[in-house]
Amino acid sequence: MQPFTTLTAIAVPLDLVNVDTDRIIPARFLRQPRSAGYGNFLFRDLREADASFVLDRPAYRGAEILVGAQNFGCGSSREGAVWALAGSGLRAWIAPSFGDIFLENSFKNGVPAIVLPEARVAELRAALVGRPGATMSIDLGAQTVTGPDGKVDRFELDPFRKECLLAGLDEIDLTLRHEAAIAAYEERRRRDRPWLG
Amino acid sequence: MGLTLYEKVWNEHAVAQGPGGRTLLYIDRQLIHDGSFHAFAALRDAGRRVRRPEAAFATPDHYVPTRDRDPIVHPELRDKVETLAANAAANRIAIYPVGDDRQGIVHVVGPEQGITQPGITLVCGDSHTSTHGAFGALAFGIGASEVAHVLATQSLWQAPSKTFRVFVEGALAPGVHAKDVILALIARIGAFGGTGHAFEYAGSAIRALSMEARMTICNMSIEAGARAGMVAPDETTFAYLHGRPQSPKDDEWDRALVQWRALPSDADARFDREVALDASALEPMATWGTSPEHGVGISGAVPDPAAQPDAARRGSMEKALGYMDLAPGDRLEGLPIQRAFIGSCTNSRLEDLRAAAAVVRGRKAKVPALVVPGSGLVKRAAEAEGLDRVFLEAGFEWRDAGCSMCVGMNGDLAAAGERVASTSNRNFEGRQGKGARTHLMSPAMAAAAAVTGHITDVRKLLVR
Ligand code: SF4
Repeated sequence: MQPFTTLTAIAVPLDLVNVDTDRIIPARFLRQPRSAGYGNFLFRDLREADASFVLDRPAYRGAEILVGAQNFGCGSSREGAVWALAGSGLRAWIAPSFGDIFLENSFKNGVPAIVLPEARVAELRAALVGRPGATMSIDLGAQTVTGPDGKVDRFELDPFRKECLLAGLDEIDLTLRHEAAIAAYEERRRRDRPWLG
Repeated sequence: MGLTLYEKVWNEHAVAQGPGGRTLLYIDRQLIHDGSFHAFAALRDAGRRVRRPEAAFATPDHYVPTRDRDPIVHPELRDKVETLAANAAANRIAIYPVGDDRQGIVHVVGPEQGITQPGITLVCGDSHTSTHGAFGALAFGIGASEVAHVLATQSLWQAPSKTFRVFVEGALAPGVHAKDVILALIARIGAFGGTGHAFEYAGSAIRALSMEARMTICNMSIEAGARAGMVAPDETTFAYLHGRPQSPKDDEWDRALVQWRALPSDADARFDREVALDASALEPMATWGTSPEHGVGISGAVPDPAAQPDAARRGSMEKALGYMDLAPGDRLEGLPIQRAFIGSCTNSRLEDLRAAAAVVRGRKAKVPALVVPGSGLVKRAAEAEGLDRVFLEAGFEWRDAGCSMCVGMNGDLAAAGERVASTSNRNFEGRQGKGARTHLMSPAMAAAAAVTGHITDVRKLLVR
């Protein structure tokens, strides 16, 4: 996995609540292996229906940060939603809240899903609508986001996720360091609940 | 201070502590479906093997056709179903394949086979894994990377959720079902009202429900943003599980019962949040928009976005109204539909099919209508009571088990512009087909819509 440390890039605002993962990537594309290039499927139906969809406006071309609204990435567990966003060049997303599974999937793919207060995120989206193509910065180590207005916000980040992102760590390797504890648990379980096999 | 059901199951499964308050949680059981090929590919690419094959159970559901499926003609669908069989075989995982009566939607099959049990941790690469919480299990959906993680390690790093108790008190009126309870809850607290929380459903109305109905409610916890929804196990749970193929037997059953009876939340347990619903005040529900939070009672009307102060919410409501071709103030009752779907992990169990058949009996479908049982065993049981005849005589299609039109991955789709009365769980844009308009409702309500050709208050059809 690619480590994530700092990023300064164009940010694109998406002014909708409850953006679900079916919308991010319609189900029919999930048949494809990941190598098919999921970026091509991103918001496919929305973009076909609306030529002026924000991601297709020239001013936001090359955006690497997405600023969404409440409950971004709600719905299905499809990791394809993260692959589609990341596959089209986005490397971080910011919202007041995310769908829980989507948030987990983001970090698993080396993408920080950053939560900031609702009012501030609304302000950021408004600033990005007002100044299309404006850039923002993320410093993962310092846990800060710098808006297009130059204002710096600190965000909360679980130290475990932070460590994984900064180092680009594979979580399975990390877990296998606890192999003895897992085996001991299984031993106890066989005794206490043998019917679970 | 006492513990909640959630905390008890959590504590029992904590294997190790990680940084940042993370816990390595042992996972007892994992369900695998035909969309899990991404996880197997990741595992293979990393050169890892499955740690405990006997903890996983597989069955095809998302891609499997619901008719003409032996053999499957469509090459891509056949490939997905065969890939699952190959992955299961290569990793020595038990599978209920096409042609086996036990095949069906993972969330129907798990409970039916007794794989789902009180107090266990259960995961699946599907967000509606919350269904299994109906048994007092801690069950939640995960993405492909986490599926691979569980296959390789039988554990998962998790931060504890906050706890949220949902009291549902009182008796449901005739024509009002579990689906109406959960749609009403989501309408009340919103599609992210439960984010970061695990629900526990409690109260006299929940206690009175069958396991099927409890599963319907837990199933849609995720639509309120909660990753898990649980119900304390009780005599109803135990009676359901007794004698199931994977349930404990003989002495072990007695030992299990002792453990299961200790699971309910202690009287002095504290929850981070609580909300109460009056079951007796509920009426049949239907959704008007493109989020499960867009539900209203059948006597209600489409709300006006102009009354919504938040710009992003207002924009989403306006977008939903455009997509659904509705205007503020429109009544749902009387709205013509072009298709009906009775199925999905929310509402495809025997009790659901009975509720729909009770409305359909002696009437004719006015629109194309599809009934897709949740498993081969549900299908057989329904046929044994003649429910298939009721549907077929009314002009409904009677299919084989799978997810079908809930997500349309197998090609069972609605056309653009079509309005569908659906018992599934998501009315998202394009969920049932590009441009298709989904109205979520109970099986009884979907049956009523099918036989009248428009969204109808089912209570009017119950008086014969
Ligand atoms: S029936 Fe629908 S919601 Fe349930 S598992 Fe299948 S696709 Fe997912």
